[in-house]
Amino acid sequence: MSNERDLMRVVIVGHVDHGKSTMVGRLFHDTGSLPEGKLEQIKAMCERRGMPFEWAFLMDAFQSERDQGITIDTAQIWFKTPKRDYTIIDAPGHREFIKNMITGASSAEAAIMLIDASQGVQQQSRTHAFLLNLLGIRQIIVIVNKMDLIDYSERTFEAIKAEYVRYLDEIGIVPNFVIPAVARDGDNLVHRSERMSWFQDGTLISALDSFQSQGDLKALPLRFPIQDVYKFDDRRILSGRIVSGRIKVGDRLMFSPSNKVARVKTIEAWNAAPPDEAGPGQSIGITTDEQLFIERGEIASHEEDAPIETNVFHGRLFWLSRKPMTEGETYRLRMQTRDVQVTVERIEAIYDPDALAQRPAERVERNEIADVVLRSYALLALDDAEKNQRTGRFVLSDGANIVAGGTISMRDYPDQRKLVTIRSTNITAVAHRITNTQRVSRNGHKGGVLWFTGLSGAGKSTIAMAVEQELFRRGFQTYVLDGDNVRRGLNSNLSFSPEDRAENIRRVGEVAALFADSGQIVVTAFISPYRSDRRRARAAAKDGFHEIYIKASLETCEKRDPKGLYRRARSGEIAEFTGVTAPYETPESPELTIDTDKLTIEESVAAVLEYVDKTFRKHS
Amino acid sequence: MNHLDRLEAQSVYILREAFNRIDKLAMLWSLGKDSNVMVWLAKKAFFGHVPFPVMHIDTEKKFPEMYAFRDRYAKEWKLNLIADKCPPVEEVDPTLPPAARSAARKTLGLRMAIERYAFNGIIAGIRRDEEAVRSKERVFSPRGESGQWDFRDQPPEFWDYFNTDLPPGTHLRVHPLLHWTEMDIWRYIARENIPMVDLYFAKNGKRYRSLGDQDITFPIDSTANTIEEIIIELEQTRAPERAGRAMDRETEDAFERLRAAGYM
Repeated sequence: MSNERDLMRVVIVGHVDHGKSTMVGRLFHDTGSLPEGKLEQIKAMCERRGMPFEWAFLMDAFQSERDQGITIDTAQIWFKTPKRDYTIIDAPGHREFIKNMITGASSAEAAIMLIDASQGVQQQSRTHAFLLNLLGIRQIIVIVNKMDLIDYSERTFEAIKAEYVRYLDEIGIVPNFVIPAVARDGDNLVHRSERMSWFQDGTLISALDSFQSQGDLKALPLRFPIQDVYKFDDRRILSGRIVSGRIKVGDRLMFSPSNKVARVKTIEAWNAAPPDEAGPGQSIGITTDEQLFIERGEIASHEEDAPIETNVFHGRLFWLSRKPMTEGETYRLRMQTRDVQVTVERIEAIYDPDALAQRPAERVERNEIADVVLRSYALLALDDAEKNQRTGRFVLSDGANIVAGGTISMRDYPDQRKLVTIRSTNITAVAHRITNTQRVSRNGHKGGVLWFTGLSGAGKSTIAMAVEQELFRRGFQTYVLDGDNVRRGLNSNLSFSPEDRAENIRRVGEVAALFADSGQIVVTAFISPYRSDRRRARAAAKDGFHEIYIKASLETCEKRDPKGLYRRARSGEIAEFTGVTAPYETPESPELTIDTDKLTIEESVAAVLEYVDKTFRKHS
Repeated sequence: MNHLDRLEAQSVYILREAFNRIDKLAMLWSLGKDSNVMVWLAKKAFFGHVPFPVMHIDTEKKFPEMYAFRDRYAKEWKLNLIADKCPPVEEVDPTLPPAARSAARKTLGLRMAIERYAFNGIIAGIRRDEEAVRSKERVFSPRGESGQWDFRDQPPEFWDYFNTDLPPGTHLRVHPLLHWTEMDIWRYIARENIPMVDLYFAKNGKRYRSLGDQDITFPIDSTANTIEEIIIELEQTRAPERAGRAMDRETEDAFERLRAAGYM
């Protein structure tokens, strides 16, 4: 039956004069999608006016009908193949291009990129490709048009193809097809070209028909964002639309970021039999075996394939607001149904898609593409865009309006899921028989953590050891937890991956809290580059936590390079080295800052001692 | 999923967004084919319930068949029906041409109902393919205090992230059928077996393709008296759907003026 036919939305991009309208007109004709009499009508009009027939006139005719509200859809026109229907979305070039292209093309499932064989790859073609990639359109056909102008030369075609494919590769696109064509004559659109018999890889239509209308979403891990929870009757229904993967009755689901688990009891439906399973794009509702407190914004997945949990990520975004984006500004982040505040921690660069170049900037202006770091206070559940383009993207709102859209990269940032998952349950804290007051009374000072953080080479260990020595001399109970030392024992099972680095700091934070509780002043000397890790350490030691920022410029640290690590990082021998290839997040409001660019070791030690004296004495 | 499944899933998603994001929400029910599909989709979205009032802005000039349909299905579908009557035509902008002025009565009635019940979200069953001005609409579309719409400067809407926040002094129009065509509507009615007012089906060589007030809506020549025949007729016709609606075509900008002032 005709209403069972599938529909795919295709966006066409390319220079206006590279033959877009001609190709669409010809495509309509050759697929038999033109209304009866249309072609004759336009041919007659051309004769009347004494001008040669052009396929592009068909587009003009559609346009004027659209203006009168007669044709089916305004921004979109349709053609059919035996396999399915296609909607063509015209992406207008020129000014306001980005806003128009994303509003129009963001829903496309495939793209046709048109290049003029006689002109080769031009700037706009590159910008188009870059935006398609950012929009997440991964099914791409490149048409090298006007092959007649280069005498159907296989060699010239291969050269253009090689150049463009190389560019696309650099921005992460692999075109599915590159097809030589003469749109005006229909070569390789619907019918294979006799004149280019050397080309054996099919036609534009065979390429389009080979695409999947849901992309590869079915094969990806389940992502089911909760849109709402309904209690209209005795059912408690978690509703939402499946983004990717499949969900079946009986599946064990993990909800992120709350990390709760439950089993699917039913998939609900009205006026239809309740289905046993559901897939991408379906708006469904489920009930679960356990009544969990789940809210809008959680993402359900299978346990073994859960999304990443983090509160910081890299975003590559296009900016749409007239008011520029600036560092430190707060916006509303929306990811699927989640909605939280984020702060722009850093604008890393403005991206120029044509030159494939980046430049630093203080602000992002309207229609610019930028790489930024965004941070939220709340934990987020998300995916790297490389893994899942739907849950790997986001929009930002300012006031009532959407001001940006972008994709997520998690390079350098750890998955925080393990760190926030409590595996030990049924444990009750046992009370000590010695009170904190008794310990303070005997020691003459309070316990606590002096948490040193800073770049490698800033002076953390040196100052820590000197502080320990002097405190000991003055009668304080004290001990230094040093990075290298801890890694020889307690943390010898941890690597230097972002996840293990985070676990390393988590353990040190907990151990330091125990030392502090026992009444000692413990000094830790770890780079601890991530704010989220330091915040957890602070939470462990509570009031006894004192963040001390051992500050030095990267240049200074690199010059000192006591362990030769910077040299090895620069040569690529060490991957992911803080300050060089991995981020260091400076403390937002440390209790104390020691600037070792300005102070000598002695002065630095004295400043810490003065702070301890003031803060830890029995009566202070 | 086929085409109709995808349209349905998208509309359900939009209705659920509206219900979650907007606290005082109502759905317009004109008793026509589109708004019946919309009520049906709401029952799908909310598993048999329609969790907001369904509002018929009554011009008191509908066909008797439509009033009968309303009273029957309001009960059968368990709708929370609001059916307030419009103010007299004398209260409407006298510079509008007569049919448009009559239609604008409905706008005024709607505006008064919005005020009376303090609604800040109105779900309306318009479609992009109906009319050139409607084609420029967004799914979530903010309206000023008196309901006006500025289509030249609209916020971007993409990846199904809608602008669901309300600037102060505005309300939102929500359009869950925006992406449907007239053909889609009839194919969905056929698939789901959704009840329709009889006036859509041909009697004595005439049928209504679009239903409005009795005095400004005219039937077309047709012999189609089943849904299947209507679909076949639509596949062949080149006449616009709203050809039988007088107010659209009185002057070139009549519909645009109606819309800008808050018409559906």
